[in-house]
Amino acid sequence: MLNPEFEIQLIAVLLAMACAVPGVFLVLRRMSMVTDAITHTILLGIVIGFFIVKDLNSPVLILGATIIGVMTVWVSELLSETRLMVEESAIGIVYPLFFSIAVILISRYAGSAHLDTDSVLLGELAFAPFNRYTVNGVDIGAKGLYTSGFLLLLNLIFVGVFFKELKLVIFDPALATIIGFSPAIIHYALMSVVSVTIVESFEAVGSVLVIAFMIGPPATAYLLTNDLKRMILYSMAIGSFSGIIGFRLAMFLDVSIPGSMAVVVGFVFMLAVLFAPKRGLVSTLLLRAKQRKTYHQLALLWHVYQHEYTDRANVENHISTIAKHLNWEQSKIDRIVASLVQDGKLQVRDGMLYNMLDASELEAFLFDE
Amino acid sequence: MKGIIELFSDYTFQIVALGTGLLGVVSGVLGTFTVLRRQSLLGDGISHAALPGVVIAFLLTGTKNTEVLLFGALIAGLIVSFLITLVTRYTRVKFDTALAVFLSVFFGLGLALLSYAQRHPNANQAGLSRFIYGQASTFLARDVWIVAIAGLFVLILVFLFWKELKVFTFDPTFAQSLGYSRTRLDMIMNLLLVVSIVIGLQAVGVILMSAMFIAPSVAARQWSKSLGGMVLLSAIFGAMSGVLGTLVSSAYANLPTGPVIVVCASIIAGISLLFAPGRGLVHSFYRRYKARKEMKGKQALNA
Repeated sequence: MLNPEFEIQLIAVLLAMACAVPGVFLVLRRMSMVTDAITHTILLGIVIGFFIVKDLNSPVLILGATIIGVMTVWVSELLSETRLMVEESAIGIVYPLFFSIAVILISRYAGSAHLDTDSVLLGELAFAPFNRYTVNGVDIGAKGLYTSGFLLLLNLIFVGVFFKELKLVIFDPALATIIGFSPAIIHYALMSVVSVTIVESFEAVGSVLVIAFMIGPPATAYLLTNDLKRMILYSMAIGSFSGIIGFRLAMFLDVSIPGSMAVVVGFVFMLAVLFAPKRGLVSTLLLRAKQRKTYHQLALLWHVYQHEYTDRANVENHISTIAKHLNWEQSKIDRIVASLVQDGKLQVRDGMLYNMLDASELEAFLFDE
Repeated sequence: MKGIIELFSDYTFQIVALGTGLLGVVSGVLGTFTVLRRQSLLGDGISHAALPGVVIAFLLTGTKNTEVLLFGALIAGLIVSFLITLVTRYTRVKFDTALAVFLSVFFGLGLALLSYAQRHPNANQAGLSRFIYGQASTFLARDVWIVAIAGLFVLILVFLFWKELKVFTFDPTFAQSLGYSRTRLDMIMNLLLVVSIVIGLQAVGVILMSAMFIAPSVAARQWSKSLGGMVLLSAIFGAMSGVLGTLVSSAYANLPTGPVIVVCASIIAGISLLFAPGRGLVHSFYRRYKARKEMKGKQALNA
């Protein structure tokens, strides 16, 4: 069959893509922290499911976890609808409470069972290939391959079918209501998809990497494009890339695989934060610096233009006195004057400043920049 | 009843309850500001980010000295709060998204480092993971001193910058027009938050620390309309949760302190939401019921 290393990478890529799809909508709806809340509260669902069926491998646990995941969102929304607290606070009260109840239940009643918080929260992808699927005694690949493939398919179908509706609900919920479909239904459908994805993924990669995969790549893609479809595609690509590089890094350094993948997700995100064209930190700072310079050039030129050929020109427009009139530092005056002279917009003769643009050119400079 | 009195005179209980109570006061005070500034979940992000700081401090020094590890957590927390501010201020990425990304990435880094530390020769990393879940029951008098000193530092700073914090919380634009630097105030606020989270890690752990900020403040908001009143009440509720939680968890076997404290804080918040005069749910239901009855009476008269 496939070799285990390839299998791990394939599972990581499939999961990264499956997580990225609903993640895009969470980022755009400003609900990113819901992932953090759900990854914690599903523990309660698992514990309750375990108490009901007393079997750690039962699908009831998965079902319980998914239901609790959606419930987390529902209860926080009920709380914030009372208007006694804002949405963030509601989430911040609900999920630690659910999590605490789960931890209390585990430590009090399930001490003997092999149900510990570590295995749920931390997850280890390295063990994924040992969990095989066999049909009639024939090994048909790691179980993780099937769950992650199924998740990806489910999420793609969901987004494919409801693309228009999701788009409308995100960007104009009021219009959606007017047209006649309820944003609430789409919202809870999305939350169910998120919850299923988190529950199915955490077994393989642990809750931390689920958050990283769900929010990191869409956040990165958000810095690169304005188009929703592109954002989804970019997120899937970035997630897969981070999964593969993260795996190689983990092998090379011999450290936790999900941990290293999350670090790569963060690294790629920081690259985009710094260097994304137009929206990155560097281009933003460059743009602001350029705007500041243009503003100063304009202010100085305008001042010169106003006082040229007036009685006060030799007081207002002399290089040694203009600093006082504009209330700027002399060094700033020298710098701006030098840049204007270089552009041919200003001349200096005997210390006097002369504007080289006529009124219409000055206006063009004002409105084009 | 006799059991409870005995418990109160128990030295270990006194130490742990003192520690968690003090912690409740500090997180209650700061939580008020974060909740009002709509940054309640920032505490969650910072507390997760503390993990790599703890592990790096351990790897660099090789000690499991609490002060050293907490110092590592402090540095990591400051770095992450700086990164979140940077990203939200200079790019289009929103606060919640930046928080979720850095939270998971830093925690992932912590896990990777922890797995590295496990292979570390001549070092036993056992005990580092207590920072993930917290173990208030292992509190020593020395740990309480750390909480007390750091907590006092936080409270004094809040007292000194009271006016600035107040104006920034309610009207940041007005504050800036008065000439206060937003960056500087953000930095002070983040420092306070990081310090109080770091001292809470030992007691309630990374995951539950954020609840200690939010639940007491939300409860206090229901009873008071003034900032001063809210801060005071929030501190009282925080202390109550800490002491009550410790009491309950030491009275029964197999009850972890951190989660019980969180449940206590949530119960206080729940009671406040239901029964606070004027604002509470019970009161507003009653008001609505009365209005409906009056309306019906009027309709009957008109008809």
